[in-house]
Amino acid sequence: MTVQTALPNQERHSVSGFSGDYFCLDHLNVGYEGTVVIEDVNIGIAQGEILTLIGPNGAGKSTILKTITRQLEPISGVVRFNGVDWTTIERHKLAQMISVLLTERIRPELMTCEDVVAMGRYPYTGSLGVLQPEDQKIVDEAMELVHVSELAEKDFSAISDGQRQRVMLARAICQQPDLMILDEPTSFLDVRYKLELLNILQKMSRERGMTVVMSLHELDLAERVSDRIMTVRPGRPGVIDRFGTSEEIFTPGYIDDLYGLTVGSYDESSGRVELPAITGDPRVFVVCGGGTGTLVFRRLQREGTPFAAGILTENDTDYPVAASLAAELVAVPAFQVPGNEAVQQAQAVIDRCERVTCTLGEDRLTPSLRALVDYAKDKGKLA
Amino acid sequence: MSTMAAKRRARWTAGFVFLAIALVVLLILSICLGSVRIPLEDLFALFTGGEASALAKNIVVTTRAPRALAAIILGGALALAGYLLQTFFHNPIAGPFVLGISSGAKLAVSVVMILFLSWGLTVNSFTMILAAFAGAMVSMAFVLWLSNHVQGMGMLIVGGVMIGYICSAITEFIVTFADDADIANLHYWSQGSFSGITWDNVWVMLIVVAVTTVFVFLLSKPIGAFQLGENYAASLGVNVKRFRVLLVLLSSFLAATVTAFAGPISFVGIAVPQLMKGLFKTAKPLLMVPACFVGGSVFCLFCDLLARIVFAPTELSISVVTAVFGAPVVIAVLIRRKRGGE
Repeated sequence: MTVQTALPNQERHSVSGFSGDYFCLDHLNVGYEGTVVIEDVNIGIAQGEILTLIGPNGAGKSTILKTITRQLEPISGVVRFNGVDWTTIERHKLAQMISVLLTERIRPELMTCEDVVAMGRYPYTGSLGVLQPEDQKIVDEAMELVHVSELAEKDFSAISDGQRQRVMLARAICQQPDLMILDEPTSFLDVRYKLELLNILQKMSRERGMTVVMSLHELDLAERVSDRIMTVRPGRPGVIDRFGTSEEIFTPGYIDDLYGLTVGSYDESSGRVELPAITGDPRVFVVCGGGTGTLVFRRLQREGTPFAAGILTENDTDYPVAASLAAELVAVPAFQVPGNEAVQQAQAVIDRCERVTCTLGEDRLTPSLRALVDYAKDKGKLA
Repeated sequence: MSTMAAKRRARWTAGFVFLAIALVVLLILSICLGSVRIPLEDLFALFTGGEASALAKNIVVTTRAPRALAAIILGGALALAGYLLQTFFHNPIAGPFVLGISSGAKLAVSVVMILFLSWGLTVNSFTMILAAFAGAMVSMAFVLWLSNHVQGMGMLIVGGVMIGYICSAITEFIVTFADDADIANLHYWSQGSFSGITWDNVWVMLIVVAVTTVFVFLLSKPIGAFQLGENYAASLGVNVKRFRVLLVLLSSFLAATVTAFAGPISFVGIAVPQLMKGLFKTAKPLLMVPACFVGGSVFCLFCDLLARIVFAPTELSISVVTAVFGAPVVIAVLIRRKRGGE
């Protein structure tokens, strides 16, 4: 079963969106050597907000970020920070306001991790760049915050990619920016550090009013951490497809459409991805509910066995996965007690199946599910 | 952690103390050793204004002292030029000689000298430096063009070496067919040598190199940021475009000054910064700039001393000796980087 949402015929122009005017991209055309990659980026966010860019590989997220980190000149348009066109802000002033975490790998020679982090104090130190005691304190705190203090004396080129990413985050933090720009900051990080990174960003945005602009591949994380999301739809040129809160972005079927998912599916409400369902006549019927069926569905999918599931209410935790993976699904609307009609429909499906699996204990069977289990027993199909 | 910091500080102090002692010892040896030995007492007497033999005084004042000072000043300049080029190209085996910059300077100086001689003019130090700088910049322009068209540090070096060969070939051609008696000197110079340096030369090079070195030292801060790559440096407030131009100009100017007085000298520019990084175990520019300078001085004094005395009275060209000690360092760097995973 696939969700077919009637999306309006692709209108190929960028949407505008403003949740504030602290940091604004004002009719920005971005691209390389005069070729526009994304046209008319026109958005603004308030101070302390977290804005995340999502979109398929190659859509142009990095191009937008490179433009706002000034690695690329905008083809046209202006980036405004607090209302000021930021090409008019002096370099070292700008460096005190904005720090970046880039995707490029750096290989500095003979620098300890602490040396790398301390480079974040560059905009604040004197003409020879000598650290003062208060700079050292800020460096230490930043390393503490991202748990890299124990790496301080290690050679930067001798640590793992994930550790490097965290050291670079500490560097960005000790630059004490008002705005932090991060391109794919979660790459190389394991789940613990992904969550820690986002937690740190969230804390700094709440407690210090730091504004964050980043790109993420993990849609589930983007949905959870972002105050605003901007989606980038590839094309010639690409456009900003949506700008808004998570609720406004993650409408059913949108992600499948944005990313052009042709195999599998993405569940907007839970942030789960599923591989494609095994289609065909169901061979197994799974009697389930309350999340007990999910792992069974996935096992059957891995085994390549088409299956049916039921009877689920649409608010059951098993429902989204069943909807993605089951060849046939017997379901009733949310909060509704399944009636006779649903039971008969399920029994008809069981007739076509080779066997029936029940994932619920005896004591948890509702009357309608008990009716199904008894029916399967009679037919000798209960596994 | 503070013990680690203290340890590092001790290492840095020890490094500079070692370099200072080596410099003084080598300076004394350079002045005392040679076809005529100068006893230490005579040297001491010369310094304190006491009695010393006329011969000793003559040798020290007119020949050995300016030569040793030239080795100190030019050796430091050469190592610094190498350090700047390594920073610029993010390439540990870059240097003014391998990139062909010294050879470009050599070619320009040869042409200017022969032209001036044929017009019956003498060439002063500043003209030589200017000519060398022009030649260095032409080579540098080609290297920069090349760096945009080739991938990887190896190819850049190969390109630089080719530029060096082309310039050397043209220089040899010119020198061979210019049949003036003065050209004999030119031939010797074009092989690289600290001999024949006058006090006038020493004063000029001292002023030029001192000013340039102070300027480089003041660039320590952006050099440090540049180690994180251009994009991060820019995000920290470095005017990357201007900084790159400065690096090119300063490194070319230092290399050109050396070439103008001593001809092309190989391997000092590559090997000394590497040796200093190994000795100090850091790449902090605030330490590396002075360390490379003094290290270059020590290295060149040492090599020049060997060039003079090993096969005395025959004198080796300085590049022969610097290559013997410098090339293994480059090979070691290549092997270590391979082991390091790249």
